[in-house]
Amino acid sequence: MEIKSALWRAVLIGMALFTALPILAVFGYVFVPAPAVWQHLIQTVLPDYLLNTALLTLGVGVGVLLLGLPAAWLNSMCRFPGQQLFEWALLLPLAMPAYIIAYTYTGMLDFSGPVQSLLRDATGWGYGDYYFPNIRSLGGAILMLALVLFPYVYLLARAAFLEQSVCVLEVSRTLGCNPWQSFFQVALPLARPAIITGLSLALMETLADFGTVQYFGVTTFTTGIFRTWFGLGDHAAASQLAALLLGFVFMLILLERWSRRRARYHHTSSRYSRLPRHQLHGGQALAAVLVCALPLLLGFVIPVGQLLYWSLTTAAEGLNPAFFKLVSHSLLLAGLAALSALLLALVLGYGKRVRNDPLVNLTARIAAMGYAIPGTVIAVGVLIPFAWTDTQLNLLTRAWFDTRIGLLLSGTLFTVLFAYNVRFLAVSLQTVEAGLGKIKPTVDNAGRSLGLNALGVLYRLHLPLMKGTLLTALLLVFVDVLKELPATLILRPFNFNTLAVRTYELASDERLADAGLPALMIVAAGIVPVILLSRSIGKSRAGAHRKPVRQKEARETRKANEQINPAEYSHRLR
Amino acid sequence: MSKLTLQNTHIAYGDMTVVHAVSLTVEDGKIGCLLGPSGCGKTTLLRAIAGFEAVTQGTMALNDQIISAPGTSLPPEKRNIGMVFQDYALFPHLSIADNITFGMRRQSGRDRTQRVRELLALVNLSGYENRYPHELSGGQQQRIALARALAPRPRLLLLDEPFGSQDVELRAMLAREVRDILQQEGMTAILVTHDQQEAFAMADEIGVLQDGRLQQWDTGYNLYHKPQNRFVASFIGQGSLLAGTVINQDTVSTLLGPVRGQVPAHCRPESVVDVLIRPDDLKLLDSAPRKANVAERVFRGAEYLYTLAMADNSRLLALTPSHQRHEVGETVYFELDMQHRVILSRD
Repeated sequence: MEIKSALWRAVLIGMALFTALPILAVFGYVFVPAPAVWQHLIQTVLPDYLLNTALLTLGVGVGVLLLGLPAAWLNSMCRFPGQQLFEWALLLPLAMPAYIIAYTYTGMLDFSGPVQSLLRDATGWGYGDYYFPNIRSLGGAILMLALVLFPYVYLLARAAFLEQSVCVLEVSRTLGCNPWQSFFQVALPLARPAIITGLSLALMETLADFGTVQYFGVTTFTTGIFRTWFGLGDHAAASQLAALLLGFVFMLILLERWSRRRARYHHTSSRYSRLPRHQLHGGQALAAVLVCALPLLLGFVIPVGQLLYWSLTTAAEGLNPAFFKLVSHSLLLAGLAALSALLLALVLGYGKRVRNDPLVNLTARIAAMGYAIPGTVIAVGVLIPFAWTDTQLNLLTRAWFDTRIGLLLSGTLFTVLFAYNVRFLAVSLQTVEAGLGKIKPTVDNAGRSLGLNALGVLYRLHLPLMKGTLLTALLLVFVDVLKELPATLILRPFNFNTLAVRTYELASDERLADAGLPALMIVAAGIVPVILLSRSIGKSRAGAHRKPVRQKEARETRKANEQINPAEYSHRLR
Repeated sequence: MSKLTLQNTHIAYGDMTVVHAVSLTVEDGKIGCLLGPSGCGKTTLLRAIAGFEAVTQGTMALNDQIISAPGTSLPPEKRNIGMVFQDYALFPHLSIADNITFGMRRQSGRDRTQRVRELLALVNLSGYENRYPHELSGGQQQRIALARALAPRPRLLLLDEPFGSQDVELRAMLAREVRDILQQEGMTAILVTHDQQEAFAMADEIGVLQDGRLQQWDTGYNLYHKPQNRFVASFIGQGSLLAGTVINQDTVSTLLGPVRGQVPAHCRPESVVDVLIRPDDLKLLDSAPRKANVAERVFRGAEYLYTLAMADNSRLLALTPSHQRHEVGETVYFELDMQHRVILSRD
């Protein structure tokens, strides 16, 4: 019994540690003194990276707040034409990877694109006769990222506004505030923790972005790591850069944790009444529609339209065997990654449920941190230990058998799958844990006292109760992997292409129209989790789950397995 | 035949022993009860009987079979002991009929249908076969949980605070209902509760637990009238303690004169002891010899509960029919009419 449980503990910690390996490998470089490398970095690229990354995060931060907050307020407090549509449709930009929206706007706004052509036709101007802002710039990158990341702020701010007790707002009115004052003095401060959470999620994505900045030629940390490792072959410098970027990410994680903790203290009243929505008319209603429609159009409808147009024009030759091979590669990778992440999550989730071991919990938590870590950093973190192992293996075989066995780990499917597990374990682990948390321990006990052994409890009770959860976990990782670009680009086996990589390659070759078809497939897949999310946000009204009616409670436990908590799930969408 | 015997049972989590040296016997067809304040170890003991916790010392036996001993524990699914959980733990994905037949996998389809019908009739929910747990009210879910536990005809049934989440008025009714059902099935059972009224209504014998130790295992009547120690005396029912001095082995001198009763063996003459006086031991009569002031009065429907202050400011409780009304501050006269004299030592 003792030996068995010690073994079990070792297996759990081993699995969690293995998954945490890349993060630890990169983090290890923080403490490796490399004055020469730093000297070189500071003299050459570092100031540029720092400045661009800072401007990018600052700009995206302001952008997502400007786009997300007003829409969130209008959708929680007011009624206007189309409001019920906007409520969920404003989440759709989450389905659009930033690098893909960058391609579409480049196609539209370039010199030869439809907008400038139309302008020239209408005015008769020629090249150089007029000023047109260049989308392929830092400003353009900020705009692109803000357009697809604002739903984080929208989602969390809206949930926070809806959770606020109306009483609190009404009290502020009786104390002499007009509606605007009570928004700025009560509602906004109360929602601040949630808004900061949304903001930090959007900024994590910004730091992780590779495709957009690479395409626009903006030198940031992610592109810098990529160039230093592969272009210059300077692994030490790339690792140091990765470690520095990881430091910024940790700051955001801490910010997010801190704001989530504070959020708990911001529930001032446990009584909720139905929100009285304010009906908007005339000019006000028009303004509200504009505020909601603009981000939706720019962030989703127009780019999807462009992708559709490109896909239709290229479908005739684009739908060839090579394309289907691409699709099958993507499905294979995403499917395998989703399955293995689910398996890992199930073992860790049950391990944590069966025995509450602080060391297991800690390692699992480190392993699950991958969701916040940029794909380029994870790629570097995977390559450091794998390349080392390959080198050592080859040294050994040469010394013993006088042959080289080549690269066993690096550049294989296993490497990519491992990186996906590192990046997306949090997605499946949190889903599985949420599902398991809803099965009360007494259900296990009841099963045992009615004659089931431990396996029987698993098969006859947990499996049927967890079915929805397992599917959700599979689906979320599946879609995440389909969209993932940088880690796939760096770690894929030679000549092994996926939809995301092919899209990136075609766009880099200025064959934007050809990139439309694979890009559209990725966006279409990305819509699925958004639908799941939007279905659940309607049900997430505060107070709705607080009613003491037992019957309702029971019904909700039953449904709970298919439900998603928007605040918890929001960061898993990309 | 089902007879549960616990001998010197200890249960520990790590270094912390939560159940100490509990020995008790529940005879076939009887309903036992573990009663105590929260955190006294009663639920842990129940879960150990079910097989969810291991014993660190002592044994548990069902009939002649040892089910728990240090290092060996029959797994819960092999014990054939049914359990009704505090939160019912109905399986939300199964219909009522499937919930009930869950533990009867070895029986034929016809036997099962028959048993479901029989049990639903027993718990007064005929016709609910195809409903789902979430469609039932709390009281109905509780009865289904009972039916599910009874279905495989367990050797012993355990009930963990089965009425804990119900309204106070509903509890007494449910307790009587469940007792009837258990008796119809001839079931041996153990109930865990912190509510003494529930224990009195359901159980043949009750064990009072405090800090993991069994204080007394007895009938409800004896727990009330013949408590063996200070904790049982104060936990069960209401009462007041009147200080006294031991004169000899069966007499104690108090403010109210000598009280005759069994003085604990280790109390020497001249040592200070307490005499337990229940509110129903006092009679308020105008012609009675002793005098006190009404310090507090609580109306309880059929009766008044008075707190009386005596000359030395010690307090006594008295119960009177509610038409016998005295104001606070009024002087009243009373006499002691004690059927049982409980003398408790001070150490």
